[in-house]
Amino acid sequence: MATEERLRRTMMFVPGNNPAMVKDAGIFGADSIMFDLEDAVSLDEKDAARYLVYQALKTVDYGDAELVVRINGLDTPFYQNDIKAMVKAGIDVIRLPKVESVEMIQTLEKLVIEAEKQFGREIGSTQLMAAIESARGVVNANAIAMASTRMIGIALSAEDYTTDMKTHRYPDGQELSYARNVILHAARAAGIAAFDTVFTDLNDEAGFYRETELIHQLGFDGKSLINPRQIDMVNTVYEPSQQEILNAQNVIAAIEEARQKGSGVIAMNGQMVDRPVVLRAERVMRLAKANHLVDMEGNYIEK
Amino acid sequence: MKNKVARDIPDNILKQMTRKPFNGVTYGHPIAQRVAPKVRATTGRDKVLSSIDEVVAKTVADGMTISFHHHFREGDYVFNQVMRSIIDQGYHNLTLAPSSLTNVMNDIVVEAIKKGVVTNITSSGMRGSLGDAVSHGLLENPVVFRSHGNRARAIEQGEIKIDVAFLGVPNSDNAGNANGMDGDAAFGSLGYALIDAQYADTLVLVTDNIKAYPNTPASIKQTQVDYIVKVDAVGDPEKIGSGATRFTKDPKELKIAKTVNDVIINSVYFKEGFSFQTGSGGAALAVTRFLRQAMINNQIKASFALGGITKPTIDLLNEGLVARVMDVQDFDKGAAESMKDNRQQQEIDASWYADPANKGAMVDQLDVAILSALEIDTQFNVNVMSGSDGIIRGAIGGHQDAATAKLTIISAPLVRGRIATIVPNVTTVITPGDSIDVVVTEIGIAINPKRQDLIEQLSHVPGLPIYTIEALQQKAEKIVGQAKPLVFTDRVVAVAEYRDGTVIDVIKAVKD
Amino acid sequence: MEIKKTAMAGTLESSDVQIMLSQGSDGITFDLVSDVAKQFDDAIKATITAVLALYGVDNAEVKVVDKGALDMVIKARAMTAVQRALDLADEPNWEVM
Repeated sequence: MATEERLRRTMMFVPGNNPAMVKDAGIFGADSIMFDLEDAVSLDEKDAARYLVYQALKTVDYGDAELVVRINGLDTPFYQNDIKAMVKAGIDVIRLPKVESVEMIQTLEKLVIEAEKQFGREIGSTQLMAAIESARGVVNANAIAMASTRMIGIALSAEDYTTDMKTHRYPDGQELSYARNVILHAARAAGIAAFDTVFTDLNDEAGFYRETELIHQLGFDGKSLINPRQIDMVNTVYEPSQQEILNAQNVIAAIEEARQKGSGVIAMNGQMVDRPVVLRAERVMRLAKANHLVDMEGNYIEK
Repeated sequence: MKNKVARDIPDNILKQMTRKPFNGVTYGHPIAQRVAPKVRATTGRDKVLSSIDEVVAKTVADGMTISFHHHFREGDYVFNQVMRSIIDQGYHNLTLAPSSLTNVMNDIVVEAIKKGVVTNITSSGMRGSLGDAVSHGLLENPVVFRSHGNRARAIEQGEIKIDVAFLGVPNSDNAGNANGMDGDAAFGSLGYALIDAQYADTLVLVTDNIKAYPNTPASIKQTQVDYIVKVDAVGDPEKIGSGATRFTKDPKELKIAKTVNDVIINSVYFKEGFSFQTGSGGAALAVTRFLRQAMINNQIKASFALGGITKPTIDLLNEGLVARVMDVQDFDKGAAESMKDNRQQQEIDASWYADPANKGAMVDQLDVAILSALEIDTQFNVNVMSGSDGIIRGAIGGHQDAATAKLTIISAPLVRGRIATIVPNVTTVITPGDSIDVVVTEIGIAINPKRQDLIEQLSHVPGLPIYTIEALQQKAEKIVGQAKPLVFTDRVVAVAEYRDGTVIDVIKAVKD
Repeated sequence: MEIKKTAMAGTLESSDVQIMLSQGSDGITFDLVSDVAKQFDDAIKATITAVLALYGVDNAEVKVVDKGALDMVIKARAMTAVQRALDLADEPNWEVM
């Protein structure tokens, strides 16, 4: 199970055949950058996008961002070449669209292993994630999330999903309520990340905040984004409060005290601190650092 | 000889043009004698003439210096009508001394040069076909580029002696009382033209809107005006200013603007009563928006905003976040239209705005200036004049003047397309690195090492990466690759003055 | 290797480059238009020539309209164009990438 804890608040879509956007994708501070070879690329430019993303991955400095590529679906003629090119380029994560079954992930994994061998990459170095875009996908989400040790996350993709459900997207998101909860549980049970769907109306800031606050409350790791301008908005929603940070600092201090005493029991204000509290404190501090709310030493910065 | 920014200024140019090489940004307290214009006395009943041809015939002679303003920007109809008449009447050897040259003026200036009508030019800048022609050596004498403050200084001290000023105005009465605020072609502040009105021997107003006498408020006064000509239209209102102001949606520009804002609000200058100049362009407007929010959040108000003014700045004024707008020109309709109703929006002339040879100019009081750049080098020198191909395509504007602010920030992307913005050596030095404090790019900032105080203030701001300027230059070069150096001939086609009138750089003809 | 058919890759968008390859008989010949030609014409030609060499193409007419593309974009577009011109689009030559 991929247990490496990293922040995945923002996964920014970048059209794979757009040089201007591909070259600048690293400057906006997205936690993950997702180069799209699928829907954003027309059928006769699939090869062009593949080589553009390949060269970009080999050349451009994307800083600390996690690099993800959405390849074309299993049922397309581009699937295998996409996998080979991206594995050769050393991509961090391959995102497979329209996943409905464990077999689809296993097929992908087999091809990824072959590509890793062919291009001399470390076996297991390419991680996977699945986009759930249909009722079948939602129904099988638990198994999909656990289909491979390479899995790092699953994502809801609401456009196709709502069509499959014979509905469309509504401002209140009721139509996604079941799918969101299923995907979130599947992810948490498997110990991987859960990503919410994109919000496409760039002019509706209030709607974007409403949806982001909802998925933050539910417990999603983050959200897929279609525009860099959305990054700061998500980060604001995920920003811990001053009280949360101060609490977390106390917990961290208690851990440190216990460690120095050689005590296995962590206590704070005479009360035992159990594991969930510790984990939450650690996550709060990661978020606080990412939002520049604490300095290098972990001290809270007054706004 | 090499000047203070290590530019080789040919001795023959210094001698021929009787200039000194740039020797530093400090102006000091020299005492200068200003000049005064000739005045032809009149009771004012003979001022209105029937045509531009008539007024040109009456006022222009071979070898004269003629001037215009550029407040109509790309919507200017006056320049072309006057120059057409001058060319057709066969004058020669004129010196053209407008406050600046916009694209709409290019073709007729090129024609005037080719016909020997114009043999000298001084301007804030030039672009397009004219810049291209000059960079290819069309004009025998070097063009002299001056900042807005320096132009005022040069006029006051007689270095530019204006024989006839042709000033387009959107309204005037028949005695010459005029302003820029009313009429179809209103553009707001007459800031740059006011110097011409004060110092030209002969002043001609060109207008499409004769008002009842006396026309007030009068920015240009009847005591200064010799002739008035009525034409059908002085300008195209659609092209005078940019239309409705639109904030940039370009995420890179927004990132830069946000970082500029971070620099300002974390500096010691961001406090009650601070002052700023932002300029125009998408990123500058976005800075104004971020700054507005920061002022509200921190309950800080500015004492004044300076320079070229846009609607978002007027909004700050109306919201009470800025006490005064000191307005030398208006970039959009919203700013232009508000002037007549707003006593806090003060029209200022170029001398008051930015002249170093003054008993104090507004820029001397300025806390924060946000300026742009075509190139910045590792000495922090800025080029706003020549393009990546070495061809003239810019204007000094108020760059050198506003850069004397206490905190001067250059906002520019690290690279534009395949062209690095931060380079080892700028093609043309316009503003010396000594007056630049912080460079802001999309990946982070660089602080002039001369400003240890700023390094101190900004070092502990989370999410504000600080690089050395050399590191930024290397990052830019890594992205674009190493460019072949431009090749120039030895022929000097333009001289760039610093604001004190010394030569900061020369521009040579390109080799194609 | 000989160019089998005229092929093109890339767009005229800013930061992109459009490269068209057709059969040639006189080595690699260029028709290059670029706003940054003064600084980068040699670099652009060298990058494209190197990609063509990887595929063993020694004769081609290359028409380039560059909109300020970075080297990695030129490489990607050249690779796309040559694979299209050699009819390799579905069976890429992985060794040269």
